[in-house]
Amino acid sequence: MKRIDHSEASSKFIKAKDHLDFHDKRLWDLRKKRDRESEHLPEWEELRTLASAIKEHTLTHLADYLEEFERNAIANGAHVHWAMDAAEHNQIVLDIMRSRGARTLVKAKSMLTDECDMRPFLENRGIEVMETDLGERIQQLDDEPPSHIVVPAVHKLRGDVARVFSETIGTDPKNSDVHYLAESQRQHTRPYFLKADAGMTGANFAVAETGSIVVCTNEGNADLSVNLPRLYIASVGIEKIIPRIEHLGVFVRMLSRSALGSPITQLTSHFRAPRDGTEMHIVLVDNGRSGRLGMADFWYSLKCIRCGACMNTCPVYRRSGGLSYGATYSGPIGVIIDPTFNLRKYSSLPFASTLNGSCTSVCPVRINIHEQIYKWRQIIAERHQLPFVKQEAMRVAGKVLSSPKLYRAAVETAGTGIEHLPRFMMYSRLNAWGRQRDVPAAPQLTFRQWYLKNRGKR
Amino acid sequence: MSSRDEILSRVRRNQPAPQPLPDVPAFDGATGFALERFKAAVVRMGGRVVDPPEDGNLTSFIRRLFPDAKVICSAVPEVQGNRPLTRVRAPAELEDVDVGIVRAVFGVGETGSVWLTDREFGVNTLGFLAQHLVVLLDPARIVGNMHQAYRERAQFDARYGVFMTGPSATADIEGILIHGAQGIRSMTIIPIALP
Amino acid sequence: MKAALFIPCYVDAFFPEVGIATLELLERLGVDVVYPLDQTCCGQPMGNSGCQEDAAATEALFVRNFAGFDYIVTPSGSCTHHVRENLTAIAQTTAVTKVRRSTYELVEFVHDVLKVREFPWAEFPHAVGLHNGCASLRALRTARMSEIEEPFFSKPLDLLSGVKGITFVTPERPDECCGFGGTFSVFEEPVSARMGYDKVTDHRKAGAEYIVSADMSCLMHQKGCAERLGLPLKFIHIAQILNGARE
Repeated sequence: MKRIDHSEASSKFIKAKDHLDFHDKRLWDLRKKRDRESEHLPEWEELRTLASAIKEHTLTHLADYLEEFERNAIANGAHVHWAMDAAEHNQIVLDIMRSRGARTLVKAKSMLTDECDMRPFLENRGIEVMETDLGERIQQLDDEPPSHIVVPAVHKLRGDVARVFSETIGTDPKNSDVHYLAESQRQHTRPYFLKADAGMTGANFAVAETGSIVVCTNEGNADLSVNLPRLYIASVGIEKIIPRIEHLGVFVRMLSRSALGSPITQLTSHFRAPRDGTEMHIVLVDNGRSGRLGMADFWYSLKCIRCGACMNTCPVYRRSGGLSYGATYSGPIGVIIDPTFNLRKYSSLPFASTLNGSCTSVCPVRINIHEQIYKWRQIIAERHQLPFVKQEAMRVAGKVLSSPKLYRAAVETAGTGIEHLPRFMMYSRLNAWGRQRDVPAAPQLTFRQWYLKNRGKR
Repeated sequence: MSSRDEILSRVRRNQPAPQPLPDVPAFDGATGFALERFKAAVVRMGGRVVDPPEDGNLTSFIRRLFPDAKVICSAVPEVQGNRPLTRVRAPAELEDVDVGIVRAVFGVGETGSVWLTDREFGVNTLGFLAQHLVVLLDPARIVGNMHQAYRERAQFDARYGVFMTGPSATADIEGILIHGAQGIRSMTIIPIALP
Repeated sequence: MKAALFIPCYVDAFFPEVGIATLELLERLGVDVVYPLDQTCCGQPMGNSGCQEDAAATEALFVRNFAGFDYIVTPSGSCTHHVRENLTAIAQTTAVTKVRRSTYELVEFVHDVLKVREFPWAEFPHAVGLHNGCASLRALRTARMSEIEEPFFSKPLDLLSGVKGITFVTPERPDECCGFGGTFSVFEEPVSARMGYDKVTDHRKAGAEYIVSADMSCLMHQKGCAERLGLPLKFIHIAQILNGARE
């Protein structure tokens, strides 16, 4: 399996100047909007602590809460299915649809269904799947994965959307007015809502106390996807459980503020039981989550409520774009989750970080993201998944820096400049310093030499 | 072993040491007359609040608010529409509704949200297929914040319930804000008590 | 009061003037400064790459050099952070835990231990952009970070306010990372350079003549970016200003 090369991908992203500028500014703007919200809530830091504690309590009692959720969901008249992995999830969805003769599916945004790669699975088996969220729809039509978990097409400019729509849903290629494009998608999608056999959502939260699925959207597409067709399927990661309805007060107050800097999403929908004459199916999905629960350093990542605040604040994400991570989950949260899916493939991701810690500080559930990034680096090094050049450079650095004699020989080059630095620093990747930066000039004396000359031995 | 049993067994095996569940305070610090705070929040989220007409005739008032509306569907006795909800067999039938009228159970000052369930909608799609939604709201039924909202515990036993906050919206293309994404294009709230 | 001086490897090799200013400043403030001669590095480059095995010998050497001192002072936030939080490649003996507990970044030391606010010999009549490196800011908490709702505080600003003639400018993104990140600067060079370019441009737009920081590593990267961009920005370590440098 090919290793993702984040640096290489980022280089392409950066070359597209207009796209880079917009992407960076737009997401930084979302970060600033988040700040304005948090400034106006004196209880902000307390809410973060509460959200974190509720999640940690739930995860440490997860089996009991899952059983409680299932009991209540079944009592509501919903069907509850359990999927070990992505393949089983997809098969369950297919089986539900086929057994009810359902051929068309309208769906709201669900990162879990992207994680499971559900759409191509269903489409290859005769199911028509329509993404109804505008950003997800753009990406579906462009045959590209979403780049951000909240704003899936944030890496595109209006001209890109105009091109995609003109090639697929027949809009005017010369018209890139945003209102026109959005209205076109609305009109094009509406008939699909009206005649779809089945509707699907993910779950922002699944409440154990009531068996309810809670979905937060701005577009209203989840409510249409569920309230029109006769069949409703909800895909739910097992970590989305929260204990009680009252806890929604904490999470709903934090989610949209963190994600978009607005106090709440335009729609906060609670689906507890099917309408008369219709069916509701809930698929609870593991796909590595139970395994992650047992990782002492990394289980905190399961607290994630998928707000995207870490992506918005991450200076690396803003300048490289979600697609450069080559995974469903990108940015800081992606960097600590993806190695659990495939350590080798995603081994470069924990190094796509300066460890600056901004992500940790904006996370509404206090995930210690940058500390987990640090720990992943140790695991990757231990399992010999570092690129050869870096591995060697660190081995040599370790030798030189642990020997006063070798170290002094390396640095005391009496003004001859950087060309005489140790070979390990001349390895190709390390020459990259000079591509876009000037190189520091080597001084006449090192500090130590100056000290000996001016202060003598002590 | 079924997947269910396998998953539960793995989860049980891997659960870290138990952490306690915290109590959630109500954060009742919000001050100021609830209706004013609510109005400001609604406007911020793209909705509008209009005072009821002096003559008390909501039906003609709404017709004046939406002069081009052809299909008006009312879920409330105070307003006479021309698409009776009781005759609707399938939720998709409401797709040509221009204006829907509902009464919210309560509003939330912090966010400008209104709470509606399948009982208030009659047919759930009224809140999403209509181009415009008019929401009647008793001004005495505005709670301060979302913690208080979620303490209206019985409401969450509904099969379907939703906090609606302003019209449907998106900013997915270049961050430009659009009202009227997949759902309603506008929300008009009329603060008026039950007759 | 006696303190050992730790000069980070890149300061020793490329910016000895920062080490000299640190030494002179501490001496001016009445500290009896000892400079262990066999010091090299704190182990951060290997540690940050996850290479604990390769870091171990360097970390052990660091502890050997600095064992027994009540105060170890260094003009580097990131090195202090590494020693305090991440010197974990070696067995945690009492000597090791004491060294970890006793290491201070220069601003921390002057502000919290010496509690000095006045620098009567200092004058720096220039417009200055203050850069708080991420380790100093978010790990060592030397100033309020914009992400957290908390009252404003800034230890470097407290110290620099005791310098005659200094004026401050505020960039649009005061605490966004500048993109150095250690080996990130070479292994993720495209993003690193872009971040550095943005940082120095931001300071320049705000009207900075100088960028000052307690972290020379950040400044080294920003200087390289500014020079390549042809921006007329100058870079100086906080130790140099507090020690009386005029430019």
